[in-house]
Order: sequence, then C-alpha cells, then structure tokens
Amino acid sequence: MLTFVVRRLLYSIPVLLIASVLVFFFVRETTDPLARLKGSGNRDLTLIQRETHRLGLDKPLTTQYGRWLKDFVRFKWGDSLVSGRRVSTDIRDKLRNTLQLIFWGIVASAIIAIAIGVYSAVRQYSALDYTFTGLSFVGLSMPPFWFGLIAIQLLIFVPKETFHLQHPLLYSVGIHSATNHGTLDYVRHLILPVATLSVQLVAGWSRYQRASMLDVMSADYIRTARAKGVPRRVVLFKHALRNALIPLTTIMAIDIGSLFGGLIITETIFGWPGMGKLFFDAINNGDTNVLLPWLMVTAGFIVVFNLLADLLYGVLDPRIRLA
Amino acid sequence: MADEDLPISPTRPRPPSGRGDLILTVEDLHVSFPAEQGVVKAVDGVSFEVCENEVLGVVGESGSGKTVTALAMLGLLPRTAKLSGSVRFRDQELLNLEEKELRLVRGAEIAMVFQDALAALNPVYKVGSQIGEAIKVHHPEIRRHELRERVVGLLDLVGIPNPADRADQYPHEYSGGMRQRAMIAMAICNDPDVLIADEPTTALDVTIQAQVLEVMERIQDRTSSAIILITHDLGVVAGLADRVLVMYAGRPAELGDVETLFYRSEHPYTLGLLASLPRLDQDEPDVRLHRIKGQPPSLVFVPPGCPFHPRCDFARLPEPCATQIPELRSLDDPSHVAACHFSEEVREKKPEDLRPVVGS
Ligand SMILES: Nc1ncnc2c1ncn2[C@@H]1O[C@H](COP(=O)(O)OP(=O)(O)OP(=O)(O)O)[C@@H](O)[C@H]1O
Ligand code: SF4
Ligand SMILES: [Mg+2]
Repeated sequence: MLTFVVRRLLYSIPVLLIASVLVFFFVRETTDPLARLKGSGNRDLTLIQRETHRLGLDKPLTTQYGRWLKDFVRFKWGDSLVSGRRVSTDIRDKLRNTLQLIFWGIVASAIIAIAIGVYSAVRQYSALDYTFTGLSFVGLSMPPFWFGLIAIQLLIFVPKETFHLQHPLLYSVGIHSATNHGTLDYVRHLILPVATLSVQLVAGWSRYQRASMLDVMSADYIRTARAKGVPRRVVLFKHALRNALIPLTTIMAIDIGSLFGGLIITETIFGWPGMGKLFFDAINNGDTNVLLPWLMVTAGFIVVFNLLADLLYGVLDPRIRLA
Repeated sequence: MADEDLPISPTRPRPPSGRGDLILTVEDLHVSFPAEQGVVKAVDGVSFEVCENEVLGVVGESGSGKTVTALAMLGLLPRTAKLSGSVRFRDQELLNLEEKELRLVRGAEIAMVFQDALAALNPVYKVGSQIGEAIKVHHPEIRRHELRERVVGLLDLVGIPNPADRADQYPHEYSGGMRQRAMIAMAICNDPDVLIADEPTTALDVTIQAQVLEVMERIQDRTSSAIILITHDLGVVAGLADRVLVMYAGRPAELGDVETLFYRSEHPYTLGLLASLPRLDQDEPDVRLHRIKGQPPSLVFVPPGCPFHPRCDFARLPEPCATQIPELRSLDDPSHVAACHFSEEVREKKPEDLRPVVGS
C-alpha cells in the first residue's frame, strides 16, 4: 500500500512536468504579461522595454521556461501583476475556500447519487425510477450557470417577495455574511453553489450507480446470499451495494478532475472567493503570474484525486492489489 | 444380473431398511420464463420425493432444467419466472411461502451448493466471513470466537489445508477445488435437512473432482441430510446416488432406484446416456462410445409428442412418438417410472446395443 502510494507519487512527477511544459507555452502564447501596460495608452517605450527585460521576456522561451520552473518548484511564485499581492498567499487562501465547495459538492453528490441509484435499481420501472430518469436527463443537459441563475431566482427572490422576508433563506453571494460567521449562516451560503456544482454530477453518477447496482443484483453471489437466508436489506446493502460502488469510484475520479471547469462558472455566479474566481480574474487581466501556478496547482490536484480514487478502489475491491 | 454389466458399479450400500422419513415432495412443478420468441418452459411437470438419508441424483444435458428446478424449490428464481405446482418440505408448502418465512428455511433446513463457485462467492468478503454469515444469520446469539471455531472446523472438515489462515483469504485467492469445498462448507454449516448440490464437480479437473466427491461422501456419512445431487455425469450418480431422476427438456424422462435404472433403463435417453459413458472396467478396443445424435431441443419450441423423438433410435414416427406425449408410467416396479411409449421394448436393450462397433 505504502509502496503503491510512493510509486504513484513518483510517476506523477513526469506527468506534472509534461503538464508544466504545456501550461507554460500555452499561457505564454496566448497571454501577454504586458498587455495591460501596452493597452493603457502608455507610449513610453523605454518603460515597456525595461519591464520586458525585468520579466525576462526578451530571453528565448525555453530559457524563460527553465527559469520559471526553477522558481516554481522553490515556491517563488512572485506577485500578481495586477494586485501586487503574493501569488502563493492568494492561491492558498482561495484554495481553502474552493476546497470547501469541492468537498461538500462531492459528498452531497455522492450521497444523493448513490441513494437515487440504489433506489432506482431496487424499484426498477417504478414511477419514482422513471421520475429520476427524466430528472437526470434534465440535469445532464442543463448548463450549470443556467441552473444557478434559475435557483437564485426561485429560491431567493421569489420567496423573498412572496413572503416579504427581511433576509432570504439562502444567500447567493460570498461565504458568509459580514456580521455573522455562524455555522447556519455558512450553510445558507453554501447550499446554492454546492447545488449548482452538483447537478450534473448527481445526474451522471446516479445513472451509473443504477446500472452498476442492477448488474450486481443479478450476480450469482447475490443469489448465494439469499440462499443462506440473509435478509433482503442486508443482501442489498452489504452484498450488492459494496460491489456496485467499485466501478463508480473510477467514474467519480474522472469527473472530479473535470470539476474545476464547472467551478469557475459556479464561483463567478455566486461571488465565491475561490480558485475559480481567481482564474476568471487572472484571465481577464492577463495575469500570467497567477495563471501559471494556478494551472499547476489544479493539475496537482487532479493527480492527487486520481490517486485517492485508486486507493479507494483498492480498499473496496480486494482483487486489486496495490503494489 | 452380474456386476460387470454396470458401467460403473454403485459401491455404497443403500440403507437396508428401505427409505427414511419423507422430507421433501415436489409435485407437478412447472416453471416458465417469458422470452422474446415465446415462453421458455424450463421445467414442465416434474415430480419427485426425497427421504431422509437418501441421495437423489438429478441427471440431464445442459439446459434440461436441473438448476431451475432447484432454484424454484428455494424461491430463488427471478421475479419474471412463472411457477406452479407444489414443493412440500415436511408439512410446509414452500411455493406460496412469504419471503420472510422462506428465509428461515433457506440455509438452515434446505441449503444449496451452487454450480459456479467463483461467481457464487462474493468477491469482496473473506471466505471465512461468508461462511460465518451463513451460521450467524440463523444463530444470531453465537459468540465471536465460537463462530470463528465453527468456521475453521468446517473448512477443515471439507479438507481445506491451513483452515485458520484460509478463512481470512478472499475467494480469488482460492483454487477452484477449494472454492467448491468452501461452498460445500457454507451449505452444510447449519446441518440442513436437505442439501442441494448443483454440479459440485463439473468445473473441476478429474483429481479435484474425486476429492470433492470424497467430501460429499464424508458429509453423507456424517449427517442424515437428504442430498439432491445435480449433475450430468452418470458416473458421479453411480457412485453416490440411491435414486435417480433423468430430465429431458424440462420434463422427467425416467425416475427410479440407481441400480434398476442402470440395469434396466426404460427410457431411450437414459440408455443413450449410459452408452456414452466410458467404461473403465472393460477394455474392448473395438467398442466406441455412443453419441446421442442431434442437439438438445429449444425450450420455446419443444418438439410435439415425445420431446426426445427427433433424437430417438426407438421412435416410431409420426404415430405415436411425434403426436402423443408419453406419460410417466411404471411397468412392474411402482418405484420405477419412465415417460416412453415403448418402455417394454427399451427395457430389453443394454447400453452396449447402442454402441457402434468398429468396422460395422
Ligand atoms: N432467468 C431466466 N430467464 C430465462 N430463461 C432462463 C432463466 N434461467 C434459466 N433459463 C432457461 O431455462 C432452461 C433450463 O436452465 P437450467 O439452468 O435449469 O439448465 P441446467 O439443466 O441446470 O443446465 P446446466 O447443466 O447447463 O447447468 C435453459 O434453457 C435456460 O436458458
Ligand atoms: S416415446 Fe418414442 S420417441 Fe419418445 S423416447 Fe419413447 S420411443 Fe423414443
Ligand atoms: Mg445448471
């Protein structure tokens, strides 16, 4: 197990190196760090030249890459070209906020999707199963930003106006209110962004869980368990569910990796001060000093999530030997 | 008749004083499944009885409805299955029992060893804990260390080496023969009155087969359980069974004591099965094995009349074999029945008569 983890971490080094090359050249090709300076009507060519030289932009791209990588691995990420704040501090703070969103998003999506999937499989072709099927297609085909906007409308503005509430039940901006840092306040801020982030995950995972549960329920060992006289509930949850979760973990790992895309939209809509918003702003401002570490940290997270998924896979399925 | 006329001699003496108490009666069992082309009649009017201490062999080609018959008795068929008839265990009718009550019978009073042990064991739980669960479900009060002892003892009984270590392994770490033995241990753990063993040896190579059969014999000697032994190997039946039910296309073809059935088959299908057995006791190079011609029939479009008629050497066509369904009937011994219009004629033949002779 430990050797597995160490080996996987070592394997991830070349992966991250390749990612760094791609990220660096892609960002350099598309984003000019001096765009703001040049676009601001500043015709002072010596200033532009000075800045170009200071940032090393006059060197060959490969030299720039080498220099950047050296600084990056030594955590010298520099300052934001826009705000002037230290990038490492910024990313650390935003990452903390984003991880809350991701954590609750995954937990909520997994629990809801598994519950729906199991129910739909056990009560296959029931009215509720058809309802869930229909809803999951709606969920899969609905853009998250649209869901977020509709949710804000229906869950915040409509109740507020109908019942003349002073405060809305749920909040649509930020992590907590200016004056209130309580848990309930946090939850009221958390629900809408987490829901927005989760819609597609729940829709996809619940379909998958339903199929895998149906598959497992017709397995021979389920019949063996019943032949032993094991009660139905135990057959379902101990024998069937445990096996049905194994394939789901793979899908979850893949989906969590691509979660960062949805994050940008969600955080922008809900003013959530996280990585998504940081990225959005950095793109708008051409802030390469933020973009590069941001992309690398994200890549690192995807690697870690995949590792976690593989570990979980190994725990759930004794046939997989982690070595 | 002399012993050497038997392909494989039934060596085990049967209980001398006839049969024990009747414990299981299956009467006119029908099972069908809806399918795309029509209705699959997997079991079509099967009846038999099993007594204490008795071993009933159920024989037939692949697809003849052996497994479905067994599953029907325990209510383990998928919901799509349509069932009729009666399965009486002692005084209880099992076919219309609620799932809750049936649960108390399963594993405790009637237990089953499944055909494919690798698929039949849950891959994510240790073998020991799967056997332990079977005990615990019917004895919730049992202490942990006692349960552990019982499990290890059972694994030892079925001949698994290092049972204490093996109990903590997963099914994929077992060999095929050991998995099958673990299945047997799981089935006998509550000392059931009826043990159904569905082809316990089919997937195994010959030496392992012999070892598993030895385990079956040992179990048979130690308990008074009735055993229903499903197989398509008449050799296995000859070694273990007291009575034999031969099934063809979901229907009973012949039912009788093992010796009677082997010496004086009244059904051409049984005779064909016997003639296709290799004989180890004789070595006549000029005698080849018989092959029953043709294929097992579709269970959706069962041939009219006698379902065996397209493959039967004795058939008279079209009348009566292709038009009238032969009923099970007995000639002189009431415990021996066969479903053939020409039983009297078949009885006079021996398996050898079906074997092709080289050069002829
Ligand atoms: N769930 C099911 N749905 C539809 N048809 C089924 C189902 N289960 C079994 N059958 C059919 O019933 C018939 C009898 O099957 P069964 O498994 O009892 O055969 P068997 O005698 O045990 O054969 P084998 O020696 O291969 O195990 C087969 O034709 C099979 O296709
Ligand atoms: S009834 Fe006719 S076809 Fe059927 S087994 Fe007897 S002889 Fe053969
Ligand atoms: Mg079978």
